[in-house]
Amino acid sequence: MLIFEKRVEDVPKWLPLVTSIGSVVGAFIFSGFILKLIGGQPLVVGQYFFEATFGSWPVFSDTLVKATPLIMIGLACTVAFKMKLWNIGAEGQFYAGAFGASWVVLEVLPLFPSGLPKVVVIAMMMVAGMAGGAIWAFVPAYLKARFQINEIITTLMLNYVAVLWNNFWIFDRWSDAGFQMTPLFDKSAWLPRLADYAQSYRMFSGITLHVGVIFGVVAAVMVWWILERSSWGYEIKLIGDNSEAARYAGINITRNIVFALMLSGALAGLAGMSEVSGVVHRLQERISPGYGFTGIIIAWLAKLNPFAVIPVSILFGALILAGREIQPSGLPLMLQGFILFMVISSDVLLRYKIVIRRG
Amino acid sequence: MDPTIILNSGLSTGTILLYASIGEIFAERAGIINLGVEGMMLLGAMTGFSVSIATGNPWLGLLAAMLAAGLLSLLHGVVTIHLQGDQVVSGLSLTFLGTGLALVFGEGLTGQNAPLISAFDIPGLALIPILGPIFFKGLSPLVYLGYLFTPLAWVYINKTRPGLHLRAIGEKPSAADSMGVNVYRLRYFYVFIGGCLAGLAGATITLSVSPGWYSAQTTSGQGWIAIGLVIFAQWDPFQAAVGSYLFGALRRGILDLQGPRQIFGLVNPLYINSNWGFFLQMTPYLLTIIALVLGSRAAAKKRIGSPAALGTPYIRGERGV
Repeated sequence: MLIFEKRVEDVPKWLPLVTSIGSVVGAFIFSGFILKLIGGQPLVVGQYFFEATFGSWPVFSDTLVKATPLIMIGLACTVAFKMKLWNIGAEGQFYAGAFGASWVVLEVLPLFPSGLPKVVVIAMMMVAGMAGGAIWAFVPAYLKARFQINEIITTLMLNYVAVLWNNFWIFDRWSDAGFQMTPLFDKSAWLPRLADYAQSYRMFSGITLHVGVIFGVVAAVMVWWILERSSWGYEIKLIGDNSEAARYAGINITRNIVFALMLSGALAGLAGMSEVSGVVHRLQERISPGYGFTGIIIAWLAKLNPFAVIPVSILFGALILAGREIQPSGLPLMLQGFILFMVISSDVLLRYKIVIRRG
Repeated sequence: MDPTIILNSGLSTGTILLYASIGEIFAERAGIINLGVEGMMLLGAMTGFSVSIATGNPWLGLLAAMLAAGLLSLLHGVVTIHLQGDQVVSGLSLTFLGTGLALVFGEGLTGQNAPLISAFDIPGLALIPILGPIFFKGLSPLVYLGYLFTPLAWVYINKTRPGLHLRAIGEKPSAADSMGVNVYRLRYFYVFIGGCLAGLAGATITLSVSPGWYSAQTTSGQGWIAIGLVIFAQWDPFQAAVGSYLFGALRRGILDLQGPRQIFGLVNPLYINSNWGFFLQMTPYLLTIIALVLGSRAAAKKRIGSPAALGTPYIRGERGV
């Protein structure tokens, strides 16, 4: 007879890794069955998926390009979730960041007819992008801290508002000759790409990987440092584990909620900046295929470990990249849903031991 | 801009939110937050539509929609009730999974026509001046059903013995358990009911209120608005109904505002520049936030709050699972 027994001792170090990998594998198998059920060919799709994402350097670079915003958004969710703040508004904060960065290019840059050095433009865009995301997160953060308003609903509602807000600008003031997009950004607002150096290094030709991926890695180190080494991170984790205890310890919960959510928003905003500056080079509709929601799964699958966010983001970057061409179009979303379910279901193994007993 | 038409169609679109939010009220009163409403609604919307095409009977579609969404919600039940997983994350995954499944199985449904549940006037009642044309004229039977459903749900929760058990397992499951109530089984049951109603809400869209399958646009976030309404409504079916109908009317009002050249004798700014309409479209989402603020302040004043055990797994004795 199978019995669940509460773990008394610590969870073995390897177990979370095994359950995470097992969840992903399980989700792939499950989705394969569903694909078979509707008359698809799972193995063909699977092979296509692998070739289109990891098969060669150029496609792997495309995978990394897709992973770039995911790393930052995964980190954004990690920061918030550590405090048990359910920021599911990273999508909106991403759009707000993209808006901030575009605002610099389309409203500030024209004030300097002779142009500005690339470093200055990019730095301004980064600040504006992070500010956009942080401001977008401030509203739910303030409502949560001040009135205990459920942040799940407020962050989510603001996603829709952010998309509509951006739509207003790209349909109206920033519209490029009536098209639903802004004009192409000035070159000084483009993040450097490896392809830019193709003349010196032939192997880089056609490689779209841009500097944003470095933002992601640096952000991972910073988030790790904040959470694991700084006293602020200690407060965040204490509040997340037991907010009552934190209150008795004299920690200012209100201020921590606001700052943590704003940091989360700033990271998502930076992702938005990196996407418009490094990939799209303009603001337009649908700059995100749901990065903000995928970031939630990434953070959870990475067990809120900032460094684990990077490889998990690469996997999901591959999913999104391949998902653009895989039919039916809902397949990647379904796969993500299965993965997340498998992860939370397998969490039970971290809390309980399965013991086999006779009789 | 005819108020009668706006209110009449507000009742129609509001019915979608009504079923979804009362479904969520049942689940949350039992202590389980299910954030997967959007996903369950979408799965219901797709299932109802495609079963109606396949069988030629929209009512069978409706039934299938409720079953499909109900079964999906049971997944949330297993994870949160037995495996004690986090309800928020599980609900989110349900949204992803439901949306994904709906899009995968709904591939190719766009542009098709399904047999629909047709609207009708209620004889007699539709002739009442002012109220008749608003409440009883040209509406879907599902809307009329909603009128009956709301008070029934209220009576069930507040005045019956099973309703007492429902409230008990959401407020103090251990006490309910010691009284001989099967907490686990009942929680599964109400999560399932919540799922069925979300499926009904979804099928109400595709089979009746705004027919057709438009992939994820079909629900366009109404599942989330329904969850927001539950908090605004303080877990009360009547307040949920009022909120739902108001939101429905608002949706219709926004559409109507964008058409005419003049409103009340003034030049319609939306006629000059239709892009201002984007701000108008933000209002349902912003109002949800405002409704939350108002709802929670009112709750704080009256000292009522969420069901006490909302969001926490019930672990019987020491062994748990």
